[in-house]
This record gives sequence, structure tokens and C-alpha cells, in this order.
Amino acid sequence: MVTALKRYVLERELLYLFLNSKVAIIAAIIATLTIGSALLAPWIASTDPYDLKSFDLLDSLYAPAWTDEGDERFLLGTDDQGRDLLSAILYGTRLSLLVGVLSITFAGLLGVTTGLLAGYYGGWLDTIIMRIADVQLSLPAILTALLIDGIARGILPRESHDNLMIVVLTVAIGLSLWVNFARTARASTLVERNREYVQAAVIMGMHPIRIMFTQILPNIMGPIMVILTVDLAVAILLEATLSFLGVGVPPNQPSLGTLIRTGTEYLFSGEWWIVLFPSLMLIILIIAVNVLGDFLRDALNPRLR
Amino acid sequence: MTALLTIRDLSVRFPTRFGEFTAIESLDLTVNAGELHGLVGESGAGKSTIGAAVIGLLQYPGYIASGELYLQDTNLRELDDTDFHALRGSRISMIFQDPQTSLNPLMTIADQLIGTITQHSNVSDSEARQRAIDLLNETGIIDAETRIDDYPHQFSGGMRQRVVIALALCTDPELIIADEPTTALDVSVQKQILALLRELAQTRQVGFILITHDIGVIAEITDRVTVLRHGRVMETGDTLSVLGNPQNEYTQALMAAVPRLHTRLERFVNIVTDDDDDSSSWSVEGASSDYAANWLNRDITDNKRSNTSTADTPVLSVNDLTVRFYKNRPGWFKRDPGFKALSDINFSMQRGEVLGIVGESGSGKSTLAKAIVGLVDPSSGSIHFNGEPLPPGSKRSRHHAARREIQMIFQDPFSSLNNRHTVEHILSEPVRFYQLASGSANIKKLIASILELVEMSQTALLKYPHQFSGGQRQRIAVARALIARPSFLVCDEPTSALDVSIQAQILNLLKDLQQTFDLSILFISHNLAVVRQMANSVVVLKEGELVETAETEAFFKAPKATYSQQLLAETPSLDVLDRPT
Amino acid sequence: MLRFISRRLLQSVFVMLAVSLLAFVLFRFVGDPIAQMVGQETSIEDQERLRDSMGLNDPVITQYTRFVTNLVTGEFGYSYRTRQPIGEMILDRMPATLELGAVSLLISLIVGIPAGIYTALRRDGFIANSLLIVTLIGVSVPTFVIGIFLIYVFGVQLGWLPTFGRGDVVALGWWKTGFLTLDSLRSLLLPALTLGIYQLTLTMRLVRSEMQEVLKTDYIKFATARGINKRTLHFNHALRNTLVPVVTIIGLQFGGIIAFSIVTESVYQWPGMGLLFLDSIRYVDIPVMSVYLVLIALMFVIINLIVDLLYFVIDPRVRLSSRGGSH
Repeated sequence: MVTALKRYVLERELLYLFLNSKVAIIAAIIATLTIGSALLAPWIASTDPYDLKSFDLLDSLYAPAWTDEGDERFLLGTDDQGRDLLSAILYGTRLSLLVGVLSITFAGLLGVTTGLLAGYYGGWLDTIIMRIADVQLSLPAILTALLIDGIARGILPRESHDNLMIVVLTVAIGLSLWVNFARTARASTLVERNREYVQAAVIMGMHPIRIMFTQILPNIMGPIMVILTVDLAVAILLEATLSFLGVGVPPNQPSLGTLIRTGTEYLFSGEWWIVLFPSLMLIILIIAVNVLGDFLRDALNPRLR
Repeated sequence: MTALLTIRDLSVRFPTRFGEFTAIESLDLTVNAGELHGLVGESGAGKSTIGAAVIGLLQYPGYIASGELYLQDTNLRELDDTDFHALRGSRISMIFQDPQTSLNPLMTIADQLIGTITQHSNVSDSEARQRAIDLLNETGIIDAETRIDDYPHQFSGGMRQRVVIALALCTDPELIIADEPTTALDVSVQKQILALLRELAQTRQVGFILITHDIGVIAEITDRVTVLRHGRVMETGDTLSVLGNPQNEYTQALMAAVPRLHTRLERFVNIVTDDDDDSSSWSVEGASSDYAANWLNRDITDNKRSNTSTADTPVLSVNDLTVRFYKNRPGWFKRDPGFKALSDINFSMQRGEVLGIVGESGSGKSTLAKAIVGLVDPSSGSIHFNGEPLPPGSKRSRHHAARREIQMIFQDPFSSLNNRHTVEHILSEPVRFYQLASGSANIKKLIASILELVEMSQTALLKYPHQFSGGQRQRIAVARALIARPSFLVCDEPTSALDVSIQAQILNLLKDLQQTFDLSILFISHNLAVVRQMANSVVVLKEGELVETAETEAFFKAPKATYSQQLLAETPSLDVLDRPT
Repeated sequence: MLRFISRRLLQSVFVMLAVSLLAFVLFRFVGDPIAQMVGQETSIEDQERLRDSMGLNDPVITQYTRFVTNLVTGEFGYSYRTRQPIGEMILDRMPATLELGAVSLLISLIVGIPAGIYTALRRDGFIANSLLIVTLIGVSVPTFVIGIFLIYVFGVQLGWLPTFGRGDVVALGWWKTGFLTLDSLRSLLLPALTLGIYQLTLTMRLVRSEMQEVLKTDYIKFATARGINKRTLHFNHALRNTLVPVVTIIGLQFGGIIAFSIVTESVYQWPGMGLLFLDSIRYVDIPVMSVYLVLIALMFVIINLIVDLLYFVIDPRVRLSSRGGSH
């Protein structure tokens, strides 16, 4: 049994490398814990920070529980509205992850599809898609996201801003990150397209769309997974940045970025915890995702081994 | 007289996660000054590892576990890193396989040569430059005075390899390790480069270790040869006696598997055993090679019945076929004549014939294959299949009958099978697509039977392509082509990525299948000796033009076109062995 | 050479036209310009007259042509929010952003390139590994968190450095520089560091991976086999090849710097273009947004042109193939 398991691990490149990388295992554990606790926020958190009735302005700006000015009800203290900071962080992480995952899914679907089409068909379709990608690539993601965010604010009626902000953020971040997927998918498709197994399918008379999705796609998933992981970190970072700049999620649904933004206003007067804990959560989350991304990239890049 | 290089009892090991892998095991080898010593063996024999061990550049994590290495009286294993590095270039140098990648693209030839010369001797830059120019002249670069200031990308492949040789020579080393120095080159260039090495060994008394998988190359220019397998020496000695009269069992098998340019064998005698170690008895109920053979034959008889009226028409005829490639699509204003990959090709093939297409790289042989299977559209001319005109690829309906009737076997079995699908999936694709059988159980039985037919274990259908060796993968590729019940096979260099002994097995398999099922085969190869074994008649292409069409036997005895004669003369062969000494 | 440049120029013009079209669509169709300009009490007729006088009823093509002509002649229009001419607003704030960007780019290159080379050559050393951990943190910690951290430590706790604004700037014509007084240099330090750290880690990681790739190539192996000494091998043979792709990235980095300066400027209340843009998004000040977009695109286009020309100088393959290859 043990030997069978050992053999199984040895034969699976990625699993073997993963189990031999302490850093990757630790990162995976941290990522699982963070993501898990965020997903379970409604059950773990003591209060619901989105529910105005659940907190009291009288409780505002309590320091963490272990300090002199702390209150045992609030482990990490409270913010300026009297929200329990721990609950707010858990819910905030959940929101950050939600926006991150949604936007990266959007970016991935859009980018991989266009990349496959561009790489497979070539010609004018390729030229158009890649020109757009080039122009957009010369604008950094954050600028694109800000711009789309700004345009959405201009188009949408003011009163619906708060309700639609999650969608707007997802689209803004997704549209600013699809280029990476498109370029990677296209480059890999160009390589795979000339491989003989694809030619065999073409000769057979298989429909191009079917070739793209059943033959080529499984073979280019490696690099796409890398981009997916690396850009998930970027998406979370973008959301946090936009929220920090005050053009992200609405203030009544604080994400990590919003909490940090509120916190800076109190930093000078000594209320350090409102900035510190959300920042730590954000950094830990991004580092864990980045480490996994780096691991995947190194593991899947045969040239660097 | 002490030998130039003496290796005694050398073992090289590579720690891997599966345990330690011994690449070289107790190897003895001596090379004398002025000698060309060939190291020959199939992949995994450890040829390149020996070269790397001698020059001290073993790839991490490989290490020398035991043994002695002496260059004249210098014990190489006692040198520290600095001393060993000083010795590289000055006493031992190396030539790599691919001239495209072995020169620094951002430095001129002069920079690279002068940098190397001044590294090892105390000369001024202008003296070094003069020496560099002399060397380029010696290695056959025309107009060396001006070409020396060019960048590598301004030279052709053969010229670049000459520059690489000049770089390896520029410090007057005693020993040069040449690792597959001509594998990336065409035969005519190969011939020249080999002659150059031969000449340099004689005039400069440099010892060469020539690492190659090509026994023809070994036979033509080396003085002595060492045959390797799995890191062990099989046989060593004078080239003519080792290859001409091998004593070792493996060497005998290897020599029997090498296709000869001047004899046609009905079958290769195969003594080298395949690496298929899967002996499990798992099998699909009712599956057998006979079942597959019957299934395939039934189809062919159907075909024959339907085609009785056209029994005399050629199975394939190509008329005035021209294929052009355009760098930029011809626009409204510009008339881009494009690049002619094939021009006005005419030939035809009878049912059951094997037609060999030969030519060097750039001759258009692969383009021809692609035009027939529909990957490339002809610019003009026509192709007829079974008397019916075959529409160009982009206009050929996805359900055109010829898509099933004509099947292709590709060169690289590592690229022709989708690595993400199981063998069962890969083989069931054509069955389902062409609707040749229905019912999962039925299809599975058929796939298992076809695997038996190509001499593979039935368990293969549960595995993924990466779990197989090159030869086994090529068998699976053959099975995929066969399961479509084709009458016509296009084989594009089907064995050039394989070792000789595996090549012999695949050629045997193709011959058997061709005879059993009366297949017509278009057999494309750059290797004339292989074509001689397979084809009934031969078409020679050169730069897109048809040079000669002939019956195989007549062609190899007396080629008519000058180009064909030249091609035959330049192909390294084992003739020397057959000549009475 | 000339053909190469003119082709690149043509492409740049094409990109600029595309961007200006986007800016025009933004300006003209996102939100109603008239509604933004007038108060509630203006009558429909007055609005209509204003609309007519501003040419908003002209055919779209005419409007677009006018928009582009105005941009080219420096007529950038007026901000909805402050009613100031946008040209002046941007000109006033441009030096702040450019100086901040230049200093942080300098920091990122001066530290990033050597550190990248070092970590590529010493793969398993202690310093190399520590540097790698630092870069991991560098790419993972958001710029604004770095900024807040630096403010807290050097501004709030130690009180060494100013934490907002540019300090005393000196006016050289219309260009207000912060390089000439101690106060403004002190003010520059924290923002430049904040902005530079992220770019530095990117530079370092890129140089490292490019260098590692180059060190694995056949020509480096061949040079090793010829006994070229390690120093020459690394710094002459390998570095040159490493720097070719790095040049492109520096071009892209400048873009990154401009973009992240928005964040940095927001943290430090640095009176640059980024802050202006951010305010224009917050208050939906469409004309400022669209002009900012065009100007930034122009900057990128110019930088990309410079990068292409640099390629021309560094890489003989580009240089010689455009001259018509001699084979």
C-alpha cells in the first residue's frame, strides 16, 4: 500500500515536486486556511459587518482585546463604525476573493477563447485581436481598471452605483487582465497548432472549434494555470487598490482595501490596528497565492529545472 | 607512446528521484593524437555523457563515481575547478550539434574568436585577429577578411558550423569532442564538414572524439570506433573490423538493422529486443490480431468490389502540381509571386505500390504530403485519387471519403499523439468520427485487436502516450492510421526520429501491413537507404522541382540525373565495409 | 533604418488615433456634457442653444475631427469640476509626476539589475535566497500598504521625513522642480521609495530569469567549453543577451510607474497627474479623464518608439535584417 502510494507520487511530476517543496506546501496550507475561513465567514464571524443593526457606534475604535484599552468581545478591536474588526476582515477577505475569482474567471474565459481563435486561425482575426491586446498591454492593468471603473461610473446612474459595484469591479479587473491569458493561449496554440496530433485531427476533418477545445486546450492548460494563479494574486491586489483609492466596493460592504483606507485616517492618531490587521491578511493571502504561482511556473517550465 | 586520452574504469551516475541512475559503467577508452575516434550507440547509450565527463561539464546532478581520466600525463580528476577551466579551450575543446544555437547572436565572429584566442595566449588583438582570419580560411570560409566582422545570423548553417570548428580550433587544443557535429546539416554539407574534420585531424594531429548515432558517418571517417549500449562498451577497435566483422552480439544486431544503400532486404533480421516489458495478461474479451485483420480485410474487399471498373486507373496521380507560399498575402496593388515550394510536379502511383519521395531539406517533400492530405492548398495543378479529382484541402468537405481512405503517419511520434488523451481515446477518435463501428464494447474490442496487430500489448489502451518509448508510440500512430481502414498511407519520414534498431522494427511492420492489406504507400524520406528498402519506385525532388522518376532498383544502380548521382555519392554509406580490403 | 522608423511612426499614429477615438467616445457619449455644465434651472431652450454653439449637434465625424484638431493644437477644454482649462491643470502637475517617476525608475534599475544578475549567478547562496524572499514580499505587498508602512515608521514614529506634498519647489519657468531644495528632496524620498520598490522587484525577477535562460543556452555552454573566463562569460557574453529583453521591460516599467504613481500620489497627497486623474474618476470629470488618457497614451507611444530604437542599437539581428539581410 505504502509502496504503491510512493510509486504513484513518484510518477506524477507535479505532485512529487509539490510534496518536495516545503514552501509550496506551507503556502498551500495558508491559502487553504485563509480562503476557508473567508468562505465560512458567516458561520465563524461573531457579527455580520454588513448588517447595520449588528454593531453600535458606541463600540467604535476599541483596541485589540489583549491591549489595555481592549474589549474581550472584539479580539482584533473595532473600526470607526464600531464593527468587530475580525468579522470585518473575514467578510472583507470573502469579498476580495469573490471579486478576484470572478474577475479572473472572466478574464480567463475571454482571454483563452480569443487566444485560441487568434492562434488557430491566424490571419486578420489574429492581427485584430493581438493589436487590441498590444494597445491594452501598453496600459498597465491598474490604469485600465481605473478607466473602466470611471467610465462605468459615468454611464451608470449614481443611485445604482453601490449595487452594481461588484459587477463593475469584476468587469474592470477582468478586462484589464484578459490580455495575459490571450497572449499565453495564443503563443501556446501557435506551437500546438503545428504539432502533428493537431494536423492529424485536421486531416481527419474534425471541426476547428472541436480541435481547439478537445485537442489543443488540454495541452495548453499548464501555462494557463500558471497565469491563472499569478493573476489571481494580481486581481486581489487590484481590487484592494481600487477600494483603497475609494473607487472600489461601496463603503457599507468593506473589503480589505476599504478597511485599510478607513484605517489610514486613524493611523496618525494612534489607532494602528485598523490598518495593520487587514493589511496583514491581504499580504498573507497574496504571498500564499504568489508562492503557489511561482511553484507552478517553475514546476511546469522544463527549461528551468 | 602514451595515448592522448586515457579513460579507465569510468562510471558516471545521476541521482534521480527514482534512485541513482548509472549513465556510464566501467568504461575504458583511449584516443590517440591525430585519431578520429567514433562513439556510436542508440539513444540512452551515454555517448554525450562521456564527452561531458571528459571536458568536465557534466550536467547537474551527474557526477563521476569512479575511474581515471588522463589527458597525456595530466590526471583530470585531480584538477580543481580553476585549473580545469584553464584547460578547457587550451587543451580540450568541443563542437556542439546545432550551429544555429552555439554562437552568441549578439557578438561578431571576430569578437568571439579574438576573445577566445586572447584568453589562452598572450597575443595582441591584431595578432589574434590575424590568427582568426587564418583559421577561418583554413576551415573554408571564403572571403574571411571581411566575413569575420559579420554576426552569426549572416552565415548559412554549414558556414556557421565551420565557424564553430574554427572557434574550437583557435587555441590549438590537443583533443576536440564533436557531439553530433553534422546531424543538423544536409548531406552535401555534412560531407564537406566531415572531410574538414578528417583533414584537421591529419594536418594538426588533433585527437577527435566523434559522437554520433549515424553508423554511416562512423564508417566513412573514423579510424577507430567504440560501440556503446546503456553506458557500457559493447565493442571497440579498428572501425573497419568492428563494423565489418562485429564480434559482439549487440553490434551484430545493430549492423543488421542498418539499412544498406546497395542492397535491398526483404525483412530486417531483428535481434535487438524491444523495451516493451509489459507482460501483464490483461486483455479485452475476444480481441485478437486476427479479428483486426479480418475486419480490415473485409473493408478492403468491399472497396475493391466497388472499384472494379477503375482497377487499372492509378490510385494517385499528380498533375502539374504547384504550391506557392506567400510571405504577405498578395494584395490588390502588389503582385507577390511568393515562394514556390513545389513547381509542376507530375507522377502517378498504381494500387499497392510503394512510392519513395526523396530529397534534402527544402526540396518540398513534406509540402507534397501536405497537399495530398489537404493541409496545404495547391496553387495550380490537380491531384486525382482513384480517378476522382481530389479537392484542395480548404475546399475538401469534412466528410469527403478521401479523408478516411488516405491516412498519414507522421515523423515525430512524440508530437503526433495527443499527450492528454489515453491510447484508447486516441484510437477511438477515428472509429467514432468515421462511424466505422458502434457500441462501446465493440469499439474497445476493435482497438485492442488493432493494438495486437501492431504488436503492442492490449494494456496499452489504458495508458497515456508519454508512458511509451518512441518506437511504441510510432506503433500506436500506425494503429491510428490503420483503424480508419485506409487504402492509402502517406508516411512522412516515419522513422527518422527513431533509433536504428527501432527503425528496422517499424519498417518491418509497415512492410507486413502493406503486403497483408495491399496498401498503397507514399513513403517520404531523406534517407536513401531506407527508401531503397521500402519503395518500388522513387521520385527525386530538389528545391521544389522533380528531378527524376525511376524504378527503385534501376535508380540505385544507375541514377540518371546528375543531382541524383551526387546525392547518392554524398550519402554516408557502409560501402567501405563491403569492399574487399 | 529610415523605413523601420517610418513604419514604427505610422503604427504610433494609428495607435494614437485609436486612443483619441476612445477618448472622444468617452468625452462625447459618457454622461451628457451639457447636463454637467449647466445647473438645474437652465431652460431647455438655453441648453439647446448651448448645445448648438458647442457644436454638439454637428455630425459625429465633424465633432471627432474637431476633437482631434483641438487636442493637436493643445486646446484641451475645461474641467467640469473646477472650470479651469485642462491644459493648465495638467501642465501644472506634470513635473511632479515625471520627477517622481524618474527617480523611482532610477532606483529600480540601479538596484534591480545588479541584484537580478547576482541572484542568477549565485543560485543557492544565503544572500541570493534572502534577496529572493524580499522580492516575493515586494511583489506581494500592495504599493499602498508599503506607503502606509513607510509613513508610519519614518513619518509618524520617527518623524524624520515629511509624509505629504512636495515641500518647497523651485519654479524654472512653468516647470516646478523638487530637485533643488533639501525640503523638497526630503519630501521626494518616501514616495520615490514606495513607487520604486515594486518596480525594483519586477526588474530583479526579470533580469534573474532572463539571465538564467541565457546561461543555459548552447552558446554559453560552448564558450565555457572554450575556457572563456567566468567574468567575461557572465558580464560580456551573457549580460548582453540578457539586456535585450530587459530593455523592452524598462519601457513597460515606465508605464507601470505612471500607473502606480496614481496610488503613490494618493497615499502621499503628491500633487501630480495621478491625483488629478483619480479625482476626475471620483467626481466623474469626463474631460479630464479623456485628456489624461490621450496624454498617457502619447507618453507610452513615445517610450515604445525609444525602446524600438534601442533594440535597433543593441540587437544586430534587428539592425541587419531591416537593412535587407545579406546571406
